Amino acid sequence: MKYNAVTVTQLNKYIKDRFEEDENLNAILVKGEISNFKNHYTGHLYFTLKDENSLIKCIMFKSYAERLAFKPKDGMKVMVFGAVSVFERDGVYQIYAKSLLEDGMGDLHEQFEQLKAKLEKEGLFDETHKKPIPLYPKVVGVLTSQTGAVIRDIINVSTRRNPNVYIRLLPVPVQGPGAAERIAEKIKMMNEQKLADVIIVGRGGGSLEDLWPFNEEIVARAIYESELPIISAVGHETDFTIADFVADLRAPTPSAAAELAVPDVYDLKQKIINYQNRCRISLKKQIELMRLKFEKCVKSRAFTDPMRRIRDMDVVLDSYVQKMENKMKHIQKEKQSKYIELVAKLDTLSPLKTLTRGYVLTEKDGVLVKSAKDLKVNDEVKLRFHDGEKIARVN
Amino acid sequence: MSKENFEESMKTLEAIVSELENGNLNLDESVKKFEEGMKIAKQCNTILENAEKKITILLEKDGELKEEDFDAE
Repeated sequence: MKYNAVTVTQLNKYIKDRFEEDENLNAILVKGEISNFKNHYTGHLYFTLKDENSLIKCIMFKSYAERLAFKPKDGMKVMVFGAVSVFERDGVYQIYAKSLLEDGMGDLHEQFEQLKAKLEKEGLFDETHKKPIPLYPKVVGVLTSQTGAVIRDIINVSTRRNPNVYIRLLPVPVQGPGAAERIAEKIKMMNEQKLADVIIVGRGGGSLEDLWPFNEEIVARAIYESELPIISAVGHETDFTIADFVADLRAPTPSAAAELAVPDVYDLKQKIINYQNRCRISLKKQIELMRLKFEKCVKSRAFTDPMRRIRDMDVVLDSYVQKMENKMKHIQKEKQSKYIELVAKLDTLSPLKTLTRGYVLTEKDGVLVKSAKDLKVNDEVKLRFHDGEKIARVN
Repeated sequence: MSKENFEESMKTLEAIVSELENGNLNLDESVKKFEEGMKIAKQCNTILENAEKKITILLEKDGELKEEDFDAE
């Protein structure tokens, strides 16, 4: 038997060609866990992708690595998209990665949406259930990690706003397995032992997995059941967790939570001063108003010239009397002229007037004699002239 | 005086200010309200002044909570 030997280079070239002809290997999505991760100074990333039984080397060139939205690290579950090819020099095949996705993200997002929908339906996010944050909590309870920036930020902001603040930290793990249970348990403990007047529960920024305890149902229910008002402060402003929806108040960051929980003492004091001033001003105003009223009263005519009204009345009275007198005079005059008129008429009709013209009235025994037959001889009669009487005897 | 009282007092104070500003009280009533307001304001201020700074950590030891001073630095 005759053998035609090929060189190693030829073999590797041949194998590489076979790989590159394969459509499946040219564009493939592989999932696994990152290990042996190296960020080379050239900007290329080298790592091994493995599962329980097997592993494969991966390389991601700088141009692709620059586009990554997260920092890969050992132990991280990812999906790698790329092509499998052969590195001829070493005779190894590896994945030439073009992009990386955090595996499980899709699952977590789905879980998040499902739990959110479920709890929302149950009414855990209802505004009516939310408790007001006290204006001036005596004790601010904080549930977070005892190390790291979060508690420091909260202490810094709180003491700046109120130098005499009382903060009680109840340390809890804020990521990893078991964290959610511990957080829920401590929320209950805070309530049972009335350890605070308001609780800040939170952590700093991180990946979705890092924030995950705050997306778990057990934490959501503990927050909902809390009698003490709870301010959530998870991650950055753009991170929303289930805890944020259930909490009585959501703070975009831990520092903001401290601002919401701890009143600015200077502001409060200003407010008190302001109230005092307003009390003073309104009382002063009222007194001033009363003084003005009093002055107006004192300056009124009733006080300055009390006789004036009497004098005024006097004038009116006088004018009435005058009027009355005039009326009386008028009536008197009228009556008088009427009388004169009547007297004149009477005068013309008077028999006495006739007597002056030579007529005589004859009376017998006081009765006027109107006929000659009424007289007999020797009757004594009285003759009345206009200027006197004479007794005569009939012949 | 507890913190509820601080919050309540601030509310009462606010109500007194509104009453005084509405001007529906006679002078006697106003003076009484004014004195009450000044007293409450002073009490509120005292609460703020007399608070004591405390930063503590609650640690579980043998199933019991112990409160200790906490230094974040």
